[in-house]
Amino acid sequence: MTTADVAEAVPMTAKRRGAQLAMLAFAVAIVMAAYAGVGLGINDQVPAGMLGYGLGLGGLMLAAYLVLARFAPWADPLLLPLVTLVNGIGLVMIYRLEQAEMKGASASNQLFWTAVGVVVFSATLILLRDHRALQRMTYTAGFVGLGLLILPLVPFLGKEINGARIWVGVGGFSIQPGEFAKLALVVFFAGYLVAKRDVLALAGRRLLLIDLPRARDLGPVLITWAVSVGVLVLEKDLGTSLLLFGAFIAMIYIATQRTSWVLIGILLFVGGAFLAGQLFSHVEARFDVWLHPENNELYNRTYGGSYQLLQGLFGMGSGGILGTGLGQGHPDLIPLSFSDFIFAATGEELGLTGLMALLMVYALIVERGLRTAVAARDPFSKLLAGGLSFILAWQVFIIVGGVTNLIPLTGLVTPFMSQGGSALLSNWMLIALLVRMSDAARRPPPQAIQDEGLTQVFQR
Amino acid sequence: MSELTLLLIRLAFLAVLWFFVIAAVGVIRTDLFGSRATAPATVRKPQKPARQPAKPKKGEPRQLVVTGGPLQGTIINLTETPITIGRANDATLVLSDDYASSRHARLFPQDGQWFVEDLGSTNGTYLDRSKVTRPTPVHLGAPIRIGKTVIELRK
Repeated sequence: MTTADVAEAVPMTAKRRGAQLAMLAFAVAIVMAAYAGVGLGINDQVPAGMLGYGLGLGGLMLAAYLVLARFAPWADPLLLPLVTLVNGIGLVMIYRLEQAEMKGASASNQLFWTAVGVVVFSATLILLRDHRALQRMTYTAGFVGLGLLILPLVPFLGKEINGARIWVGVGGFSIQPGEFAKLALVVFFAGYLVAKRDVLALAGRRLLLIDLPRARDLGPVLITWAVSVGVLVLEKDLGTSLLLFGAFIAMIYIATQRTSWVLIGILLFVGGAFLAGQLFSHVEARFDVWLHPENNELYNRTYGGSYQLLQGLFGMGSGGILGTGLGQGHPDLIPLSFSDFIFAATGEELGLTGLMALLMVYALIVERGLRTAVAARDPFSKLLAGGLSFILAWQVFIIVGGVTNLIPLTGLVTPFMSQGGSALLSNWMLIALLVRMSDAARRPPPQAIQDEGLTQVFQR
Repeated sequence: MSELTLLLIRLAFLAVLWFFVIAAVGVIRTDLFGSRATAPATVRKPQKPARQPAKPKKGEPRQLVVTGGPLQGTIINLTETPITIGRANDATLVLSDDYASSRHARLFPQDGQWFVEDLGSTNGTYLDRSKVTRPTPVHLGAPIRIGKTVIELRK
């Protein structure tokens, strides 16, 4: 029997290759339409760079698709098209801000980093054939993650930009090692919790309807808490701190299904944040801005004031339900609207309708990731896929919540949209890991030889 | 360019953006409900409930569902291939359970009936309440317990 016969005789999960390619083409077409819209909005003509950017993005994604089809054929069909769309819309917004002659916005730079991101995505898929290899590197990943987190604190190497010491200068580049640390730490959490979850889930006493864990099992939670508070205090980086701690709490909840861990985590974080707010001026300033953005004194404060936040809110307000239209608003009035505040800038031009569509796209990416976690056949993959999807969702929540003044603003990037190489690379790597795991989860079980006798069939 | 044209472009763009989201949900929908590769023509049209030709014989299980234990919620679509369960990394369903053996049990189909077979595990495999000592036919919804994990076959 040939392989084709086998494939036909055995009903399997469909690969959905055609749907994937169609959705990918659709996403690229939307991005090109957005480019055209920007040009028409600004100066009544389709911009000359449209074909270059559009075909560049299209070519990149076709390459990513071919690698995916070759090395992870059973992978989820939606992940790549959805990521393409958000990445492309981000590119368009940066291009639009560059057209408005905003300082620092550079679409060609972002396209270059997107290309590097696709290369990293492909490299991860090609080199990492079985994600369970990561499980053997649990503690290595933990040390690498911690090292990367601490790296910006090393004198001469670390740099402080815009008040946060999260940068490392290498040659002419500045990179944010924290972006990569989060991936390494999620791998570590997954491996660690697979080994330790039974004791975390079962030992303990029951008190007031809540299962309390034993005091000595609190160790890892307290260590992670200390590390996040350390990041908050020493590097003045609220975003990464919140991201890491949230990811750990979510993963421990996925592993143990115990609500008490979530309660303990929230209490610890609120307590830590409250104390930090009392003790450190930069944290206190964030809280002040969050509670009283309309305060005149805060608005006019040159550093750490509410000017940026309010400009973002004004922008989204003037966008309204349907937006001002691409190229017709004034997102260049919002400081840093190409990186931290790209969501507000997009909100001004695409309106609530557009923002909701983008949030839906993010939600779908996360849904595919969680779906992978549900379908995964071994506990490590479950935790890793769950954790990676969660940090993606959590990141979007923290920055969108910050920009819309729901929670105190923290300097996190909007995944795939904000300008910045480190974040783009690490998020493409995250998607590559999810694709790798969804490939393993959706692949039909290995074909055993029917009259096997003593023959064992291995999957490797 | 006139105001009206720009307004139309704006609305059209938002509509297309939402159409993308809806199309993505459509792909997931067929992914969830029409994942049988035996009927690719009907899979494309989710509004037609014409799944009749793709169906195997009535009463035959199509899915293995984990209903208890750490892997709860995992679903494996059944094919003609046997399913191995155990702690070994190459098992179809990999358990991380101190009460399970590396190669704990095996589920296999024979003439349309699924059987469970214990592969010499230390703590045994249980079908309903009774220990499995030889290949035993598994009926729909009957719980199979392996260590802390409970699985069952469903349509």
